[in-house]
Formats: sequence, C-alpha cells, structure tokens
Amino acid sequence: MKRDWLPLLLIPALMIGALPLIGSPASWVTLTVAGLAMGLMIFIMASGLTLTFGLMDVLNFGHGAFIAVGAFVAASVMLALTPWMTADSIWLNLAAVGPAVLAAMVVSGVLGLGFERIIVRPVYGQHLKQILVTTGGLIVAEQLLKVIWGPDQITLSRPTGLRGAFLFGDVAIEKYRVLAVVVGLVVFAALALTLNRTRLGLLIRAGVENGEMVEALGYRIRRLFVGVFVVGSALAGLGGAMWGLYQETVTAAIGAQVAVLVFIVIIIGGLGSVGGCFVGALLVGLTANYIGFLAPKVALGSNILLMAMVLLWRPQGLYPVAKR
Amino acid sequence: MSALLSLRGVQTHIGRYHILHGVEFEVAEGGLTMLLGRNGAGKTTTLRTIMGMWRAAAGEIRFDGRDITHMATPDIARLGIAYVPESMAIFADLTVQENLVLAARSGPPDQKRLDWIFARFEALKRFWTLPAGLLSGGQKQMLAVARAIIEPRRLLLIDEPTKGLAPAIIANMIDAFRELKDGESTLLVVEQNFAFARQLGDTVAVMDDGRVAHQGSMAAFAADARLQQHLLGLGMDAHQ
Repeated sequence: MKRDWLPLLLIPALMIGALPLIGSPASWVTLTVAGLAMGLMIFIMASGLTLTFGLMDVLNFGHGAFIAVGAFVAASVMLALTPWMTADSIWLNLAAVGPAVLAAMVVSGVLGLGFERIIVRPVYGQHLKQILVTTGGLIVAEQLLKVIWGPDQITLSRPTGLRGAFLFGDVAIEKYRVLAVVVGLVVFAALALTLNRTRLGLLIRAGVENGEMVEALGYRIRRLFVGVFVVGSALAGLGGAMWGLYQETVTAAIGAQVAVLVFIVIIIGGLGSVGGCFVGALLVGLTANYIGFLAPKVALGSNILLMAMVLLWRPQGLYPVAKR
Repeated sequence: MSALLSLRGVQTHIGRYHILHGVEFEVAEGGLTMLLGRNGAGKTTTLRTIMGMWRAAAGEIRFDGRDITHMATPDIARLGIAYVPESMAIFADLTVQENLVLAARSGPPDQKRLDWIFARFEALKRFWTLPAGLLSGGQKQMLAVARAIIEPRRLLLIDEPTKGLAPAIIANMIDAFRELKDGESTLLVVEQNFAFARQLGDTVAVMDDGRVAHQGSMAAFAADARLQQHLLGLGMDAHQ
C-alpha cells in the first residue's frame, strides 16, 4: 500500500521544534503529554463526525450536543457514586468512572439515533438547511440541559486514584492525562482495525468515497450511515465525559466550546478521513499546549492559525478522501 | 425469447431538465442488447433510471415481471442487476482485492470465478494488492467490469465498457461478454465503439432525444446504412 507519511511526520517535527523554544526538558515532556492527551480526547469526539460527513455529506453542527450530554450524564453518575470516587481504592474509583462513561455513551448514542431521525434525515443533501437545523438542534439541546441540570456549572472532582501526577525526576505527568492517552489510543486502534480489517469497515471506506456506487452494489448505505452516526454520537459522549473530568467542571456550553476544536480537527485532517482526524487532533492538542506556554496571548488563535497553514499546504486537508 | 427487462413510457428529469421523454424498449432474456445513440440522447440516464439512481417521474420499468420503478437502488441490485457506470466509479482508496471482495455480496469471491476473470483481465491479478486509484484508466475499466461479474448476476448494465481500452483488452472483453451472455447473464450495453457493438449485439435499441427511435436485430441495423445515417449521423463503418 502506498502511504503518505508526510502529515504523520508533522507530529514529531512539531515536538522536536518546540523543545529548544521551551528550553526545559521537564516542561517539554509535561506539555507534550498534556498536548497528546488533549488531542486524543478531541480525536475521540471528532472521529464520528468526520465519518458521517464523509458517508452522507452531512454537516452536523449539533455534534457538540452529544459531547455536552455525555459530560452531564457522566457527571451525574459520578456525583451519585461520590463515595466510590473519593475512596482510596483505584478499583472503586474505576467502578464509578466505568459506569459513568458507559452511561454517557449510551445516552449520547440514543440521542444520536433520535437526532438523525428527526433533525438530520429531512435535510439530506441540503447543506445550508443542515447547518441551520443542526445548529438549532444544538441550541435546543443546550437549553434542555439547563432545564434538566439547572443553569449552574457542575463541579466535578477526579477520582482519588486519578488525581496527582507520576513523577520521574523533574518530570511530572498527570495521571489523568495518561489515562486519556491510553483511552484515545484504544479508540483509534479499534476504529483503525474496524475500518481496515472488517467488511463493515470496507463498506464505510467505500461509502465515504462513493456512496451511490456502494448502493448500486446492493448495500443499504443509509443504514450504515445511521449506525456510524450513533457510534459517532456515543464516542462524542465518551469524549465529553472525559473532557468534563479533564476540566473538572461541566457547563451547558461545553459542547459548543469543544465543537470548535472538533471542527478545526476534521477540516485539518481532511473531511471523511479518520487517519487525518487522528493526526489533526494531535497537532491541535500539541499546538494549543506549546503556544499556551510560550505565548499565552496568542494561544486562542493558534489553532485557527494551524488550520490556515495546513490548508495553504493541502487545501483538502492532510489526508483528502478521494471523492467520485 | 421473453423480455427480462422492459421499459414503458419512462420519463426522467434531472433537476429542471427533462431528459427522458417516454423511453420504451425491451431486453430479451439471455441476449445482449446494445443501446446506441448520439451523445446526449439519454443512454446513461436510461441506465441510471433502471438502477433507481435517477427517479422515473412517469412510466414503468419491469424486471422479470416485477415493477421496479419505485424501488431503492440497493433493492434493485439485490434482484440480480449489476451496473458499470461510465465513470467506472471504482473505490480508489481500496485495493483491487477490496473492491472485488465488496462487490461479492454473498461472501468471499469464488476462486474459480476469480481465475476466469484473471484469465481475461490479467492486470487485476498483477495489481491485486494495489490501491485501485493507482491503476491506469484501462485497468480501472477492467476492475469496474470485474466488479459487476464477480458473482453471477441476471442482468448487467454496462456503460461504455471499451472506453480507454487497448485493442487486445477489448478482444478479451468481447470474449468475456460472449461467455456471459451464452451462460448466465443478460446484458444491456451502452457503446460508442460500433465495431464492438456489431460483433456482440443480438438486438439494438437506438435512442434519439430522450426516446427510443428504433429497436430491432443488430444484424438488420448493421446492414441498413441509411437507418444508421439517420439515427446516428454516421454509418457504423465510419466508427471503426
């Protein structure tokens, strides 16, 4: 197989380039792990969105709703299990986090199913209406979150076992970030295996390229799309739950805030490309952390700048999907 | 022979353009029907309408006695109809192997069938693990045809199969189509290469301005230079 390694090389290039600017190796390691953790959390949230766009050309601006719902549902479960969250046993901690994350994924997935049926399906093939109606869906979802959970932000403490940092000499690596990296890599590996090693993955990849031809081969692409939409929503819920724990606060606006990063990532990666989304997410996470340390005043715009630079190099994103 | 496929008064619009104005013709079971006509006559639109990729606004399409006019494309394909579009529409990011595995809907491709395809389209075997996007135009065409015949299908709709192919490969394709029509399949082929059309066609339907202007045997059409001149603008001999 012909592989395009150039975009992948951007990640080590960015890491190595940042080292002399940051100066202290200890700070560099901390920032790099923080960047990878942030990037992988964004990847988890973005992977489903890029596939739904690729499969059916659907621009879902309401994706942030699933992220927010995931964060709120997980927060509720974790708050209900506070004794386990604050216990000294890591197993009890995980016994609280596990069901919370699972609940977040299930609720976001079910919500995704309803969202696809009620909001997305009537506007297939109409981009302007998709933008308007899915943005409307996001606003409604945000308000409903306030109705259910109240207008105030929820403060969420990480479980005891995931607080603090691993210390290696001068280098401090937050435990939670390590967990985020591990979960992100597991999700990426699962997606990569499914897409490259299964018939279902073959169908998704073919559908992203040319859905009409997949239908002409006798496969019902709409069902495939609904399945991907639901899985993508569930992953957004997982990402939202993890992001809530990362920020240690949950507000109704969390979805809209993170969705901006998610969109930047899928545009950088190339719409429809999971591999591109992975590389884009890591670049966004690393850039945000490095710039936040080096030049905090420009941190806010750094990801937009990154996107502009990538698009000047590759206008269709890092890994453009061959479209019919 | 009975008709496997029949179109009655089929009208198709693409956006605000009215393309098919009541297309009527039949495709006999077990034969090869050539669909000819000038550029823009509506040949490709006719194939796409049969596949349900464009919706017929009026008229009726029947396959094996069953009304398929309003069926969805995957359901039409599942009745045993395969389609090779003019654009080939191969999946460029997938390997040759993956393209064929996907097209074999009922399970892994049958090895005997694969060997039969490889004997005619040797390049597919050579580039088996290469992404299909890296194939040449002619090799992509071979893959597009192979994808349609990787499993037995009752009806093959093929849009300009010889486009971009070298003469040696065209000869292989003629062999393949001949074996298919003598065996399991019925073929409806849109073609601009009239030497190819004359060699293979049992019957012919000639389209003009969104209608079928003539249907009959290929032999009679090939012998009637005036009719060819009238319907196609040029005689078949001028299209070698």
